Amino acid sequence: MCGIVGLHLREPALEPRLGELLTAMLGQVVERGPDSAGVAVYGDPRLSPPGRAVVSLLGVTAAEAEAALPGAVAVTADVTTVVHADRSVAGLLAAVADGLPHATVIGSGTGMAVLKGTGNPVELADSFGLAGVTGWQGVGHTRMATESAVTPEGAHPFSVGPGQCLVHNGSFANHATIRRELRAQGVEFDSENDSEVGARFVAHQLAQGADPEKALKLLCERFDGFYTLLVSTGDSFAVVRDAIACKPALVAETADWVAMASEYRALDVLPGIDHARIFEPEPEEVYVWRR
Amino acid sequence: MATLIDLATTPVRELNAALHAPDAEAGAWRVLNPRGAHAVACGIRDDLGVDIEGHVGYYCAGMNQRATVTVHGNAGTGVAENMMSGTVRVRGNASQSAGATAHGGLLVIDGDAAARCGISMKGVDIVVGGNVGHMSAFMGQAGRLVVCGDAGDALGDSLYEARIYVRGAVRSLGADCVEKEMRGEHLAELAELLKAAERDEDPGEFRRYGSARTLYHFKVDNSTAY
Repeated sequence: MCGIVGLHLREPALEPRLGELLTAMLGQVVERGPDSAGVAVYGDPRLSPPGRAVVSLLGVTAAEAEAALPGAVAVTADVTTVVHADRSVAGLLAAVADGLPHATVIGSGTGMAVLKGTGNPVELADSFGLAGVTGWQGVGHTRMATESAVTPEGAHPFSVGPGQCLVHNGSFANHATIRRELRAQGVEFDSENDSEVGARFVAHQLAQGADPEKALKLLCERFDGFYTLLVSTGDSFAVVRDAIACKPALVAETADWVAMASEYRALDVLPGIDHARIFEPEPEEVYVWRR
Repeated sequence: MATLIDLATTPVRELNAALHAPDAEAGAWRVLNPRGAHAVACGIRDDLGVDIEGHVGYYCAGMNQRATVTVHGNAGTGVAENMMSGTVRVRGNASQSAGATAHGGLLVIDGDAAARCGISMKGVDIVVGGNVGHMSAFMGQAGRLVVCGDAGDALGDSLYEARIYVRGAVRSLGADCVEKEMRGEHLAELAELLKAAERDEDPGEFRRYGSARTLYHFKVDNSTAY
């Protein structure tokens, strides 16, 4: 199983409510993935102040991070520590690799933070303080692990490129083959997780100049298996499903927002849902919305 | 006077238990605020009328016997799955696997049905006002599927004896599914099905599809088609 929720706001007046709405959506897909959860939030001024580099970390405390990274501010959200600093993203990542070699980077970029943990997703959202978060875009995932262990690192989203996130419901069959191919091209991996391979593949394509449509069309050509994917970047929100639409997906769209979820009940919590255009994405068709 | 149940305050399990009770109020039931809940009005065995005011989640009216269940909204995966008898009507669209494995009764979807509509159908009649998605009537064994719009890829793949009528375009036929002649008895049964579904399409505008019956028994020549 696994549950996906995502919300891309078009109406700035709703931005103060992003975390509240995302929390309500996440609460409706708990049964789909009760073992762990994660979210990515775009535009929260506390987690990712404008203009500052942001790196999300596991395996370190806020005090350790601030001690090792002079000038950085660390924010604790459950087992995740989000660090931001007035420097380049590459510079902050290099400082983390140097000063906090035992930390796992679970997200980096500007304007985006990734929070992950294990346990009941509703309790995690509370522990993240998600309801108080603001911003213009958020994605969330509740995980029922099938391919690798239940750990914070194994929770989605997988964020392996600047400001990028991928959440996945399903399982990739040929991930080991593609991981080998990407490793041969110099791509480094953190885990044996199948979804990470999807995220690395997309990040690799985007880094080579593909746009999200192109990257996800290439993913459809290359990957075997079951997938509904929600892929977000610093300016886009994209959905794609496998060739037989094995895993569920619903999109709802109004003038104020675009939302995607595994089940309708997660969309029903949104303001104006009664007037939304609701549809199921077609198999292997890439849907992209831009800010 | 309808019995009113508001799912904003009453759990689905209580609603279903009330619908299953041997002394369930015969006649009309109205269900408010389904908000995408799963398994609404499942497993009814009596001649009840249930109107659900809003969108439902998975398996709505599953295993239905004798009841008439109407969803005034969209339905999630597996609406009327394994229905035995009665009528289930969805006023909006239905997600995948509508009417899966259903043995009898009538399922009407006024809007579109997604992938695998009527998968492994075993005697149910399904009338879809709009389009159906890919692999509809996959392994259908008995019953009739009527599509007033278009059908997606691999219609009727590995079909046994279910009969399929499509008014619009068929993107592709599945393994062992072929177009068949529309004879008088087919026009007559189609007219009856459209009437039962309260639709006014002309049966003469439909084409009939069925099994070529070449996959019933293993033949080595067909090994790639199984």
